[in-house]
Amino acid sequence: MLNIKKRIVIIGATSGIAEQCARLWIHQYPADLILVGRDKTKVEIVAADLRVRNQQSVVRSLTVDFTSPAEIKELVDGIVKQGAVDIVLIAHGSLPDQQQCQEDLTICHEALTVNGVSPVVFAEAFAGYMQLTNSGTLAIMGSVAGDRGRKSNYVYGAAKGLVSRYAQGLQHRLANTGVKVVLIKPGPTDTPMTAHLRQQGISLASAQDVAKNIVQGISQGRPVIYAPIKWALIMMIIRHLPAFIFNKLDI
Amino acid sequence: MVAISSWGRLESPEHNLTLISSREQVPDVIRAGKPGLAYGMGRSYGDACLNPNGSLWKTTGLDRFISFDEQTGRIVCEAGILLRDIQRLVIPRGWILPVTPGTQLITLGGAIANDVHGKNHHLLGSFGHHVVQITLLRTDGEVIECGPQHRQEWFAATVGGVGLTGFILTAEIQLSPVSGSWMETEAIPYENLAEFFHLADESEADWQHTVSWVDCLSGGGRGIFMRGNHVDVAHKHEPSKRSFTMPLIPPFSLVNRLTLRPFNMAYFNIKKWNSGRSIAHYESFFYPLDNILEWNRMYGPKGFYQYQSVVPRSVGQESVQAMLREISRFGEGSFLAVLKTFGNLQPVGMLSFPQPGVTLALDFPNNGEGSLKLFHRLDAIVREAGGRIYLAKDVRMPRELFEVGYPKFAEFLQYRDSGISSAMSRRLMGN
Repeated sequence: MLNIKKRIVIIGATSGIAEQCARLWIHQYPADLILVGRDKTKVEIVAADLRVRNQQSVVRSLTVDFTSPAEIKELVDGIVKQGAVDIVLIAHGSLPDQQQCQEDLTICHEALTVNGVSPVVFAEAFAGYMQLTNSGTLAIMGSVAGDRGRKSNYVYGAAKGLVSRYAQGLQHRLANTGVKVVLIKPGPTDTPMTAHLRQQGISLASAQDVAKNIVQGISQGRPVIYAPIKWALIMMIIRHLPAFIFNKLDI
Repeated sequence: MVAISSWGRLESPEHNLTLISSREQVPDVIRAGKPGLAYGMGRSYGDACLNPNGSLWKTTGLDRFISFDEQTGRIVCEAGILLRDIQRLVIPRGWILPVTPGTQLITLGGAIANDVHGKNHHLLGSFGHHVVQITLLRTDGEVIECGPQHRQEWFAATVGGVGLTGFILTAEIQLSPVSGSWMETEAIPYENLAEFFHLADESEADWQHTVSWVDCLSGGGRGIFMRGNHVDVAHKHEPSKRSFTMPLIPPFSLVNRLTLRPFNMAYFNIKKWNSGRSIAHYESFFYPLDNILEWNRMYGPKGFYQYQSVVPRSVGQESVQAMLREISRFGEGSFLAVLKTFGNLQPVGMLSFPQPGVTLALDFPNNGEGSLKLFHRLDAIVREAGGRIYLAKDVRMPRELFEVGYPKFAEFLQYRDSGISSAMSRRLMGN
């Protein structure tokens, strides 16, 4: 029988936004879903939920050390060996405390690695295979924080800036192929990662709404997705503010 | 700190809100946040879901399915999942939640903690009758697995226990088989309470669901009796999932003395004119207000009260009549007035609300002292009848009425979690 199920790989499947994306995908069609995370128990909880939601889907969970290039290579090799992938969503990350990053270089280094270097290494591991099969969509989670460095979170911003520039380069490389590269830039979203922002009374978009934007943008193969869309306008203004104004802002 | 109000919107005290998104973080959160209280959708009308100046542990991120056996209809879920999400998953597969209240926008944990009831109480009892297992987490770290067959005392304390026995982490439910999303419904106007009781008795054998709207300004107690059965109809279009959000809080209650009489008269007559049988989707039959998000805003900035009581059947007609008389004497009014008979199943929980008899639910815009005086009069009728008031709706009943209405409360206190407290527990139980 012809396998018509879409093959979707989600790196960082326990992240709030990624989990909502997975729910939307399997709501649309039965999928062959591969969930990748750090912690087996946590990924398995998400996988069990998705299996109940769509019993025609195949949901598998895998674990990997996000900072080990060798493990990443082995994992990706294993996945692509079983067939071409339709969608890869690279969504892992953790929002560090800027103050701690300034005070403790280990935390700073870790934040840069897990939010910037690691997603790029994952993308690079998939990109070559996808170029060979000449199909699929590779979506990488950046952030609005990567658009311009700000004193309140520039370490995280720098890591996401790295992801942005990488995605841009990869889009250039794969421009004449069947592979689509999508850079996702969520604004502040109500997820476990931002629980402390919510406590400070900052208004956050729901992970469901952000996921809707992302799933739609991926199906259209848009090069850049701001989610929610209003952040495209906000960040355009922020990017273009002259330094003498920008430097007076407490953001 | 975040300002949070309950569904009645009477006040919005500050809370320390923690969003819970995974099961494994719960033990740490509830140990650190004492005294706290699990908070789901905030659909309790009164103070059962509030803990002013304390912690609220928001459970809506615990919204995962754990397992579902399509052969037996057993489903296990995290407690923050919405009843709506369960219904939408299981109904196309031939199963349905046996009991749901007038909204499906509540969490599973909330449904258990308030032992909610629905329009089919005469057949299937309340929500707690269909819970097979609860995993309860205590703030001291103890995990208690309980159900109707094992550790029953913990089960009886937790079902209807308004969140005070621990944090409900997961639950297993026995679903009922169902043929699809459609119902055959019938609306019948009645002119007085005697007719209502006659209709209720006559319908119990052949109709799975019965409920009625009562025009509380009419004096005699006229209203519309509604009954429904699940039917197997194929190929009707699913209704659109579009919803309307009440866009703002009007400066005064839209339900008031000027609007209520014409509202009720129009509603009665339109329904009377449209009475008879029809086919309806289960969502519009069970949850008519769910498409108007934040409908509670229509009562204006001062919010509103719900007064829901149950009285034994033997004195049901006189008591309901007396309550309606008091309401019209006070000139207060209620639009969402619901009258429904309960069946004879014994309640599961020590603090479960349903008991054999008849229940009357009324909403009143907050008119300050005037409202409270009326409730005082209604309390007297309920007390005299040997009835009680629903904790999920209450924000003001006197402690002594709670104690006579819920004779098992003293037994219940042994099962409380000392790290959990709510505005309601402090008001009715002292801490």
